[in-house]
Amino acid sequence: MDILALEAKSQNGAEAEKKPTPKPKPKAPKKAKRIVYFEVEILDLKTKEKLLLLDKVEPTATVLDIKSLFHKSYPKWYPARQSLRLDPKAKCLRDEEVLQTLPVGTTASFYFSDLGPQLTWGTVFLAECVGPLVLYLMFYFRLPFIYSPKYDFTSSKHWVVHLACMCHSFHYIKRVLETLFVHRISHGTMPLRNIFKNCGYYWCSAAWMAYYINHPLYTTPHYGQQQVNAGLYIFLFCQVGNFSIHIALRNLKAQGSKVKKIPYPTKNPFTWIFWLVSCPNYTYELGSWIGFTVMTQCVPVAFFTIVAFVQMTVWAKGKHRSYLKEFRDYPTLRSSILPFIL
Amino acid sequence: MSAAAQGTSKAAHGDVAPKKKKGPGALATAYLVIYNVVMTAGWLVIAVGLVRAYLARGSYHGLYYSIEKPLKFFQTGALLEILHCAVGIVPSSVVLTGFQVMSRVFLTWAVTHSVREVQSEDSVLLFVTAWTVTEIIRYSFYTFSLLNHLPYLIKWARYTFFIVLYPMGVSGELLTIYAALPYVQKTGLYSITLPNKYNFSFDYYSFLILVMISYIPLFPQLYFHMMRQRKKVLGHTDDYSKVE
Repeated sequence: MDILALEAKSQNGAEAEKKPTPKPKPKAPKKAKRIVYFEVEILDLKTKEKLLLLDKVEPTATVLDIKSLFHKSYPKWYPARQSLRLDPKAKCLRDEEVLQTLPVGTTASFYFSDLGPQLTWGTVFLAECVGPLVLYLMFYFRLPFIYSPKYDFTSSKHWVVHLACMCHSFHYIKRVLETLFVHRISHGTMPLRNIFKNCGYYWCSAAWMAYYINHPLYTTPHYGQQQVNAGLYIFLFCQVGNFSIHIALRNLKAQGSKVKKIPYPTKNPFTWIFWLVSCPNYTYELGSWIGFTVMTQCVPVAFFTIVAFVQMTVWAKGKHRSYLKEFRDYPTLRSSILPFIL
Repeated sequence: MSAAAQGTSKAAHGDVAPKKKKGPGALATAYLVIYNVVMTAGWLVIAVGLVRAYLARGSYHGLYYSIEKPLKFFQTGALLEILHCAVGIVPSSVVLTGFQVMSRVFLTWAVTHSVREVQSEDSVLLFVTAWTVTEIIRYSFYTFSLLNHLPYLIKWARYTFFIVLYPMGVSGELLTIYAALPYVQKTGLYSITLPNKYNFSFDYYSFLILVMISYIPLFPQLYFHMMRQRKKVLGHTDDYSKVE
């Protein structure tokens, strides 16, 4: 038995699958199989100092298991905060990676770096959306210290202002509900400082827009009711479209499944845009904000729309590229965000 | 002033032992040499113009008018440096360079040019002098670096003069903006009030005050960055200067 164990140790643990007849061994409390246990050494990325040595690690352990073990010794660093690499210059290892498939010998060295306090994406999304929702309403109801005191708690006499409030609120309530019930967020966490950055941007933009739309001196759109209606229809159309896409993406794969699939148009006409675009959720989002801009005729809204367009284009292009890389038969007609253009 | 920090990455890159980093091609290098020579010459023209005007008038006041045109031309020309970074022939960050050049251009056009009343202020001379000396040294530094014949004197000057020129330039700029404030408020320059069909408002006066406040966090960062660069690039002078 011992000789066999030695032979197995010199190979790459591929022998772990073989199961000899289980015999109680008087030796160390191992299972009576020829499993080659790994020894895992965790070093600090910057100082190369040895932080932890784990022996008797199962070869089928994942990177996440190792992170959990590391967390036990260092309670401050929960797994989401850990970044483990095989080499200081290499990329971070994914949690799903299995120890025995990694290019390491039976003694594996990982370099650890602290990603800082983490928040789940869900948490960040909610904070990003609840802020604008509440802030806009504060301006809509003209709470004190925003406008001149004589306007406190007054209501605008323009119908479009009320409509804009309904649309804006609807948009963010929809987002909150989608974050809670529709989206399947595959990424785990993001660094804490991101929430300040993201929320700062969303909240300040919302406040800036809301200030002007709900201002006592607000000027209604130049082309009157026609313009407002046009903006409203575009907005509503794109909101429904955006929602349809989110549902379609959710139905693409089962919960927890890691299999990536190409999204295709479904029976819902709003999803037919998938023929032309990889990320129609961004297309519809852009459309919604264009509708809102037309409806309110407000430069800060236009500004926000342009910035959102730039950001979403960056995201869409990234997503489009990863689709192209992942799937050889990816439809060639599709652009990333704007049909035929971008 | 802040342009002193500009291209420090480039300087560090030029001074450290040649890494396997591919620099600009021969054509780009030739163009950059010409660009930097032209800029050096331009700022020398401004320097000479200042001196001549001073000698002619016999006083420090109102020298801005004598160098107004070359100042505008060459300072605005620095916008090309953003393009250089964007295209990649200069290894600096586009954002950082953009920020620094825009702050100069802002002061030249949106403050000094736009508010006529501040043009006779002494604070203008303060920052123009600081800019002139800084830029002459900086552009000659780049020229020599590109030609791989950097005299130590120029390197030393680039990393030493800023100690005085930087605060000098910042003071001149802040005083000029401050002097412009009452005129901006009175005339409502570059400001738009409600109601209007764009449903937008902008108060240039408040904006200028915000700009002034922004110097507080920004200036120390840039200044100490240059100090650190100085230690790194001129490092050994510290050893000699340590006299027990």
